[in-house]
Amino acid sequence: MTARRLFAAFALMIIAAGPAFAVQPDEMLKDPKLEARARELSKDLRCLVCQNENIDDSNADLAHDLRVLLRQRLAAGDTDQQAKQYLVARYGDYVLLKPPFNAETLVLWLGPGGLLLAGLGFAVAYYRRRVTAAAAADPAAAPLSEAESRRLTALLEDDKKS
Amino acid sequence: MRRWLVALPVTVFFVLVGFFIWRLVLMEHGDTPNIIPSVMINKPAPQFDLPPVVLDKPGLKLADLKGHVTLVNFFASWCIPCREEHPLLRGLGEKVRLVGIVYKDRPEQARAYLERLGDPYQAIGIINANLDSRDPQSQVGIDFGVTGVPESFLVDKQGVIRFKQIGPFTPEDINKKLLPLVAELSK
Repeated sequence: MTARRLFAAFALMIIAAGPAFAVQPDEMLKDPKLEARARELSKDLRCLVCQNENIDDSNADLAHDLRVLLRQRLAAGDTDQQAKQYLVARYGDYVLLKPPFNAETLVLWLGPGGLLLAGLGFAVAYYRRRVTAAAAADPAAAPLSEAESRRLTALLEDDKKS
Repeated sequence: MRRWLVALPVTVFFVLVGFFIWRLVLMEHGDTPNIIPSVMINKPAPQFDLPPVVLDKPGLKLADLKGHVTLVNFFASWCIPCREEHPLLRGLGEKVRLVGIVYKDRPEQARAYLERLGDPYQAIGIINANLDSRDPQSQVGIDFGVTGVPESFLVDKQGVIRFKQIGPFTPEDINKKLLPLVAELSK
């Protein structure tokens, strides 16, 4: 009974413990719709000090500033695109966690797929060549000569008799 | 053809090793790839009008930058690399018009910092440390694309940003990058 109670208490603790948020209550907008938009947007924006964290997760000062600024822009009536553009104009595409598809990022977007295809091409060519070469070189793969097949039948006959 | 194919992986390997060593050597000399390229280069400096922080010196506004080649240095009293950079700035103040912007700091602490270490700036403005929608001047740092302190912007006579230093200056940065550019822009 006590064990079960302990377990229940423990489970409750686990359920009740939410993740720790970087977004402070005083940063949040009163309008839940706007706040939801701000949360979604900030997940795609890079904290430029910590570099690989988005501003929604980061506790850095600059991330706080960018969150507040983003909310100010949305509250002032900016669309999501305009709010993002506002930051891109100041910090460059680097502020976006998902880089845009353009001439500069072509290698970034297509590189991995291209390398994979090239690798597959090499592998296929290599194995094909190896299979044909092996077939040509391996005496066991050639058909049996007449003497060999006669010997084989003889052996098999012997087996049956015994 | 086949021999060439066999040598390919080894060649690629050594090319990569060479590339990595080259990058490491460059990093030793301060060329780190994690420095964020600024989009503000060759763009006009943003509009701003900041109140003074030191009693006998004026604040700073965009109009003050026009007509001179100016180095705008963002600093704060709590910033340790700024302290490291400070002696260099004192020397630099004689070669280029140097102005300061206090970033995320209290006025009295910025004053104490300058009293203790010396004040190389011709004018100093202070940004409201808290981003406040009623005070458009509180986001001057963001308008400049500042990510932290120290950061410095070289602004030409027309008010266009020509160079950005992220982090503290080194003597090498000043002699090899900054001063040649100042000389060129001052013509």
